Amino acid sequence: MRTSPLGGPGSGQRVAIIDGVRTPFAKAGTLLKHLGVIELGKLAVSELIHRTDLDPASVDLLTFGTVIPSVLAPNPAREIALMPLLPKGVQAWTVSRACASANQAITDAADQILLGHATVAIAGGAESLSNVPILHSRGFSDALVAASRAKTPIQRVQSLAAIRPKDLIPVTPAIAEPTTGETMGQSAEKMAKLNGITREAQDALALASHHGAAQGTADGRLTAEILPIFPERGSRTPITADNGIRADTTAAQLAKLSPVFDRAYGTVTAGNASPLTDGGAAVLLMREDVAKAAGLTPKAYIRSYAYAALDPGEQLLQAPVLAAPLALRRAGLTLDQIALVEMHEAFAAQVLSNLQGFESQRWAERAGESKPLGAVDRAKLNVMGGSVAIGHPFGATGARVTTTLVNELARRNGQFGLMTVCAAGGLGFAMVLERA
Amino acid sequence: MTELTALSLSVEDGIAVLTFDLPGESVNKFSPSVIEEFTGYLALLEQDQAVRGAVLISGKPGTFIAGADIDQFLAFRSADDAAQASAFGHTMMRRIETGRIPLVVAVEGACLGGGLEFALAAAYRLAADTPKTVFSLPEIKLGLIPGAGGTQRLPRRIGVQAALDMILTGKNVRAKKAKQLGLIDEIVHPSILREVAIRRARELAEGKIPRARETRRRTTMSRALDDTAVGRAIVLRQARQLAMKKSGGNYPAIPAAIDAVRAAFAGSESAGYATEARLFGQLAMSPVCKELMFLFYATTALKKDAGVPEGTVAAKVDRIGVVGSGFMGAGIAAVSAQQGIPVRFKDTALERVAAGLASVRDVLREGLTRKHITRREYEDRVGLVSGTASYTGFGRIPLVIEAVFEDLGVKHIVVRELEQVLPADAVLATNTSTIPIARIAEASARPARVIGMHFFSPVHKMPLLEVVVTPKTAPEVTATAVEFGRRIGKTVIVVNDAPGFYVNRILAPYIAEAGRLLDEGVRVEAIDRAMRAFGFPVGPFTLIDEVGLDIAGKSGAIMAEAFGDRIRSSEALARVVAAGRLGRKGGKGFYGYDEKGKRTGVDSAVYALYPGGARKTELSAHAIQQRLVLAMVNEAVRCLADGVVRSPRDGDIGAVFGIGFPPFRGGPFRYIDSTGAGEIVSRLEALAATHGGPYVPSDFLTTHARASRTFYPPTGKPV
Repeated sequence: MRTSPLGGPGSGQRVAIIDGVRTPFAKAGTLLKHLGVIELGKLAVSELIHRTDLDPASVDLLTFGTVIPSVLAPNPAREIALMPLLPKGVQAWTVSRACASANQAITDAADQILLGHATVAIAGGAESLSNVPILHSRGFSDALVAASRAKTPIQRVQSLAAIRPKDLIPVTPAIAEPTTGETMGQSAEKMAKLNGITREAQDALALASHHGAAQGTADGRLTAEILPIFPERGSRTPITADNGIRADTTAAQLAKLSPVFDRAYGTVTAGNASPLTDGGAAVLLMREDVAKAAGLTPKAYIRSYAYAALDPGEQLLQAPVLAAPLALRRAGLTLDQIALVEMHEAFAAQVLSNLQGFESQRWAERAGESKPLGAVDRAKLNVMGGSVAIGHPFGATGARVTTTLVNELARRNGQFGLMTVCAAGGLGFAMVLERA
Repeated sequence: MTELTALSLSVEDGIAVLTFDLPGESVNKFSPSVIEEFTGYLALLEQDQAVRGAVLISGKPGTFIAGADIDQFLAFRSADDAAQASAFGHTMMRRIETGRIPLVVAVEGACLGGGLEFALAAAYRLAADTPKTVFSLPEIKLGLIPGAGGTQRLPRRIGVQAALDMILTGKNVRAKKAKQLGLIDEIVHPSILREVAIRRARELAEGKIPRARETRRRTTMSRALDDTAVGRAIVLRQARQLAMKKSGGNYPAIPAAIDAVRAAFAGSESAGYATEARLFGQLAMSPVCKELMFLFYATTALKKDAGVPEGTVAAKVDRIGVVGSGFMGAGIAAVSAQQGIPVRFKDTALERVAAGLASVRDVLREGLTRKHITRREYEDRVGLVSGTASYTGFGRIPLVIEAVFEDLGVKHIVVRELEQVLPADAVLATNTSTIPIARIAEASARPARVIGMHFFSPVHKMPLLEVVVTPKTAPEVTATAVEFGRRIGKTVIVVNDAPGFYVNRILAPYIAEAGRLLDEGVRVEAIDRAMRAFGFPVGPFTLIDEVGLDIAGKSGAIMAEAFGDRIRSSEALARVVAAGRLGRKGGKGFYGYDEKGKRTGVDSAVYALYPGGARKTELSAHAIQQRLVLAMVNEAVRCLADGVVRSPRDGDIGAVFGIGFPPFRGGPFRYIDSTGAGEIVSRLEALAATHGGPYVPSDFLTTHARASRTFYPPTGKPV
């Protein structure tokens, strides 16, 4: 009998992850700046379909995560699904759960499969921080709206005349918590202080992230997940790898960087935080039996997942500490049974805070557990680096982490893998995968 | 009466709606019986005072009227016969134009030739807003001019300039453009076409819309050129100069069309129509018209013949693989994407794929530049081509076309690699121009699935595709390749596997003899000029420069090896190739090219390479033409005798669409028929006495000539 809580009573069928693929991740304003969320999503989905030899006609749904909304295409998932490779009847929706948006897309798709509403689903996410919408100020918008409603040319001129010079300054969305007004960086800084995370520890984690990612790039494990981009503009050199990974970075170089969010007493620097990034990623999910009937070999099955939340004013990025025990309990597993842990690295300070939380009795009790999860074996953690080195396109990261975990679990012949993702709003996500 | 009729009538509140739906045909065509039926209805309606207006609408979705049924043209015995048919058309159009009942045409789909002439005579032209709704006068493509008043009414409606553009090119004009030109009155959504047509007919009947009215928007320029005698004279003169230059004076319909348009403004209306009828009559009996009609029938017949036993089912091709991202591979990928077919595009290194994708985008961008497609459509098409340097994504592909380097070893590696990843029933097509398919198939574990698809460069422009079958090729594999070729818009002939297949095989002696002429001291430009005058789009040396001397040299060597003394080596050609002059791509070949790639004339350095030095031999254009054409024609007959081509029809289509053999001469086999096989044999024998090999007439041809046979029936439908 299958024990997977996600199997559902009587269904006996698991949700299989067939494969995942992503674009290279590029620092915002660099190699991928000409591609928007929809283009990045299309590239990832198209390559996923080709690589898996999937019959596009079998796809039931597509769901994609993104964080910065597009005003012109409010449901980018549908725009992606309307690529000519897919039939027009693939229903699609866009989800947003901050940095766990792609995870939300994946769990939505998995839920649809378990509910019996779908058997083949594409889930993923994309973000283009090179293409953030720039907004007009309130005053400018008011004047434009008034002008469009004007009945006479004179009224129109009068409406426009109300514009003041300060109204012309555009508004860019900041990555700040609406409830606390804290930026993400300030939150990470606060967490470092609360949890006593040193600058050295953060820099060491960042260094490990870069070296792990560089190793994965050099030996091809990481690049195997990446589709080549053939730029239409500028250089014609194919883009085949992430451009934020620094193989040659050293502890000394990282130590030289100044703190960004608290210049006097801070420890969070550009070197130990994830950069603003463009990229897209997609994962193919299928009901186990349907995959096998189609001749597709699953790489892994979803064993369990969990979301959790806490007060954003407390420790904004600490909710994975609440989600992970829940996911493991739902999976019927303990941390020592986990072969690999992939933890999204928004900030090194956040990763170290989360790891500390895993070992804390206080956090265990908050999570409703009698004892802590325990210490994560660092040799099993983010073995090909993480978001600090690879980059973090908000909407895409969850699918990137899923793909890496699935592939590396297979390579290492491990049975179970755990992933966690922290997200704005005090949200946390955890998922347990089982190698096929 | 139980006879099926083309028209059906319903009268709604004083407006007669005639629905045209020709039984047993996919499109509506005008034939004498249809015209009789129509005029019968017209007479009936004219007498019925309750009927105040009429609408003509098509009962066939997506097509209005495709023009006259050209079968009737075959029955013309003299120019007078044809002129009378034209005059008959004039009478009917005049009746529509001046009758009591105003007629509205409601056009959805193609409105061509006689269909457009009919629409021009109507009182109101309403068009549906669909991409298939196009207007054209394609008569010129058959060596004719519009014969039912088109050359008279069109310039009066849209001006001389726009009318000549349509009449001389036969091109399609979409509804939106037709509205801009003033060709039509209004565009509406197809779902309300009939309803609005009836309303407009009523408004015409009530005088709310005047029957005679201008639909053209005039600009200062159009006023000066279209609306004054001097302006029109300038336009007509320039049109003639340009058209004669482009056509080389080989197409009498071009000057005739210009003369007919001139007559529309020169004297009385009836004199104009009389001129049109007279010129139409002359053209209908011309050899050019006869050959162009033949090509029309031949290509139509070919479309119904996939070269496989009846009932063979082609595999469904929902995506393709292309291996090799060179110019050919990129061209194949681009035309497939244009038809909405996903392509997995593979080469050994991503840098090569990137270069190939850049060419794919260049081809696709042409559509964007010409505004045939939107930015969105362009991006969709580009998105259909996904590049890879590994064989991922080939596991479900039903058809792969390899277009890698022309090297048997490389091709063998690719075949073996592909068979590791492809589904067992996939079709493995090889795009080669020189290597026999059977040789390539030697590396295959499933040779029945291997076939040749010989595309011509540039793929997106060249209309022909040779599908090359080996004795082992399975019929459904052939059917799949043919079906796919047609889907991407190619004219497809199925040929048997032999060196050079068909097209390159008949080209080889032609090129070789052109080289021999150089050896004899004939100048490059004299040869190119003579062959252009014969009707080829370019001369042989221009062709070689475009193809590339390296490729031409390699191909020539293979053909010489296969066909011995029929492909004679040319010292001059060899020397130019050996001098490393690569042709256009290398910036120099027989001609020189400037930095922008513009040709600057024959490079005199070439003459220093001649075996005879700068010695010059003058040879008449006629002598040059016969030397080259007869070498080609003789080889074409051998191809038929050897079973390389299945029929003279395929041989003619292959030569016209693959090489540019003058369409107005029909092709090599039509050329033999029109010249006389006996005459061809004696010309060949005369040339063989001096030049041997390529001119020795094949046994097949001499037997054919001795029996006074022709390749095609001399009367009636040619194919």
